[in-house]
Formats: sequence, C-alpha cells, structure tokens
Amino acid sequence: MRIHISPNDGVPIYLQIVNQVKYLFASGRLSAGEELPPIRVLAEQLIVNPNTVARAYRELERAGLVEKRRTAGTYVSNTGSPLALSERRKIVTERVDGLLAEARQLGIGVDQVVELIVQRNRAMQRLEGGESS
Amino acid sequence: MIAEGAETVVEIAELSRRFGRTVALDGVSLDVPRGVVFGLVGENGAGKTTLIKHILGLLKAETGTVRVFGLDPVRDPVKVLAQVGYLSEDRDLPDWLRIDELLRYLRAFYPTWDDNLAEELRQKFDLDPSARIKTLSQGQRARTGLLAALAYRPDLLVLDEPSTGLDPIVRREILAAIIRTIAEEGRTVLFSSHLLDEVERVSDHVALIDHGKIVLCDPLDAIKAAHRRLTLRFDEPLSRPPALLGTSRWEGIGHEWTTVCRGSIEEIHGRVTGVGARIVEEHTPSLDEIFVARVGSQQPAGVEA
Repeated sequence: MRIHISPNDGVPIYLQIVNQVKYLFASGRLSAGEELPPIRVLAEQLIVNPNTVARAYRELERAGLVEKRRTAGTYVSNTGSPLALSERRKIVTERVDGLLAEARQLGIGVDQVVELIVQRNRAMQRLEGGESS
Repeated sequence: MIAEGAETVVEIAELSRRFGRTVALDGVSLDVPRGVVFGLVGENGAGKTTLIKHILGLLKAETGTVRVFGLDPVRDPVKVLAQVGYLSEDRDLPDWLRIDELLRYLRAFYPTWDDNLAEELRQKFDLDPSARIKTLSQGQRARTGLLAALAYRPDLLVLDEPSTGLDPIVRREILAAIIRTIAEEGRTVLFSSHLLDEVERVSDHVALIDHGKIVLCDPLDAIKAAHRRLTLRFDEPLSRPPALLGTSRWEGIGHEWTTVCRGSIEEIHGRVTGVGARIVEEHTPSLDEIFVARVGSQQPAGVEA
C-alpha cells in the first residue's frame, strides 16, 4: 500500500491517509478482503504518530470501507461496492470542480468543456483501440 | 516505581529560572500525559534545553515545581533517571570508550537493561562494537546515543533536538524509534525540535515556548483547529498591512493580504466583511505557519536582542 504524506498541505494527516486508502480502493489497487498493514507498521513506515493511523482506520471503518477481524487485523470490506461507486464519483467530482474553475479563469465555457471531454474521450478510445488490435 | 494512578508523567508548575540577568524560563506550567508524543518547539535560546534539564534534574527549580512520575528529579535522581532515556542535543558520550565498552558500562546502571534489544538496535544501526566513540560520524554518534537511551526500555524518552545536524536517513531512524517507543503501551516521548514538519508528523501534543514562556500548549489537533490561514481581498488596494484580526503579521500587496489568525471562521467572517473585505482563500495552517504567526506576534515590544 503506497501512501504519501505531506504535513504542509493543510489537510490533516489522518485525512490524507483516509483519502489515499479510498483512492487506492477506488482505483483497484486495494481489493476486497485485502489486509491493511498493522497500525504500528504503517505508522513507522510513514513516520507518523500511531494514533493518527488508528484514527484513519477508525474513519475508514465508520465509512464501511474496512472492517476489523477477530485476529485484530484490518481488512478491506467485501461489501464495498456501492460505497466504492459514491467514493469514485466523489473523487471525479473534485477533479471536475478543479477543471471548471480553471476553465472559467481561462474564459472557456461549460459547453466547450463538455465538448472537449467528449472529443478527448474519442481520441483516447481510438488510441486504446489501436493498441489492442 | 510509578506513583499510583499517575496519568501525568511530567508535571511542571510555575517554573522560573534566571541565568544572571537573563530570564530563561518564565512561569512555565505544563503537563505531559502518559502515552503521548509531546513535541516541544521554539527558536534557539527560547528555553527548550533549560526546561528539559529541569525535567532530568540537571537543574534545580528556582521557583515552581517539577515532578516526573510524581517525584522530584533533583531529590530522587536515581528513581527518576532509571525510568528516563535521554539523548542530549550535543550527544555527549564518553569519547575514550569503544561502543561495546559503553554498553557494558551502561548495563551495570540499569536493572531493566535488555541485552537482546541492545544487540538488535546495534545491528539495525550498523554500529561496529569495536569502534571508538571518538572516531564516530555525527550520524553514528546519534545512533549510539539513541541505542543507549532505548536499551533499558525507559517509560519516558527525552530527546533534545535529536535531528540537528543529521542526514535524512538517520533522522528517519530517530523518528521511527520515537514511533516504536510510543506504540508500546504506556510509554511516553518528549522531544524538542525546530523542524516543525517533523513535530507535526509524530506529535500528539505540542508546546510552543518563546522567550522562556509557554505560548501554546495543547493537543496538536486542537492547535490546528484553532487557527486559520486566510487570504483577504479588499475593495480598495491597501498601501500597508491591514490592522485586523489581532495580528500584525500580514503578507501581501494591494488588494490581497494573507495571515494566520485564531478564531472561528464565522467570527472572522463577521469582522472582515465590516471593513470592505472578503475571504478569498482559507486553509488550516501547518504547524510551521502557526509557529511563525505566534512567535512573531509576541515580539512587538520589550524584547531585547
């Protein structure tokens, strides 16, 4: 599990861990049933306070993304799919907000942005199709 | 032994200390709860080392009281120091000894000395037992000092500026040792540092000391939650920083000015809109930014260089 912490970016460290675990899950790099590293191990690896990691895990548990098992390990839930969709949407929504703000700054209207997205999507599909054939 | 039900490992009340005419500590009160990483931050000469020396009983309180595990470290040094691991800022170790000699010497002093742990750390830190301490690099010296402070599993680990002058690899090892210590139930770490991002990563509690006074002392979360970093946009350009929000530390030019201040966002909102400005950016500041804001605003008058 690859997580990167930057103490200076204004987002609390526990939330950086939560967000990145969600992101790893949503992007398929963590799968259902997989075990997360023990709190002390991750704390030592990231050089952050173990209580911070514990808080992140509690938050993920509350969100239903992970579950504690009897052996004291923390595992990615099997029931994650509906949540994963909303999380996936949330991640994309943040990107869209950033894109819209930037487009507005540059004087590009929403219609043009939508048009561009469709165009780029076509271009990417062509590229992917070309590669696979 | 640990006093009954002592949930506070270090208790300091109204501690003051002068060196000649210089006030080194001025009415310092703080509690270090059991099981936390307690970060002590402040500029050079702010009083961090003097405070730590009182905790270790190396200095006697002139006024006020110092209690460690409920004991007076000056009156009960043996009992207190048997439970405290300490790495000093200058990592003073007996230069004439070899590493194995140092370890043999120390284990005689500490009933709780753990040979297996000492050996494990020695290997982990890649220390040659036959090396003379005089010949060690800064990094090896720090590792040796850390080994010596950890091998008897002290209940309280005190590190004075452990990162100073070290490369990132050794710094990381020291921070990892702090984390390992705290992860063992009931143990406590107190460390001073001027590297704020390091303090922010590993601390539960933070005390900010400036010119011998405690400016802030709270759980890190509470400190962060109590401060905002704001950028204001004024209707009219300003030729000098605005006199607003109780801070004199503003950065900016013309219409936009940035500061770090205390208070809830609603409260700040109210005060800002009253003077023809609006908040255009708002973040939780880093500990570093809070430090600069709080230490800076303490300095307007009466401080002699």
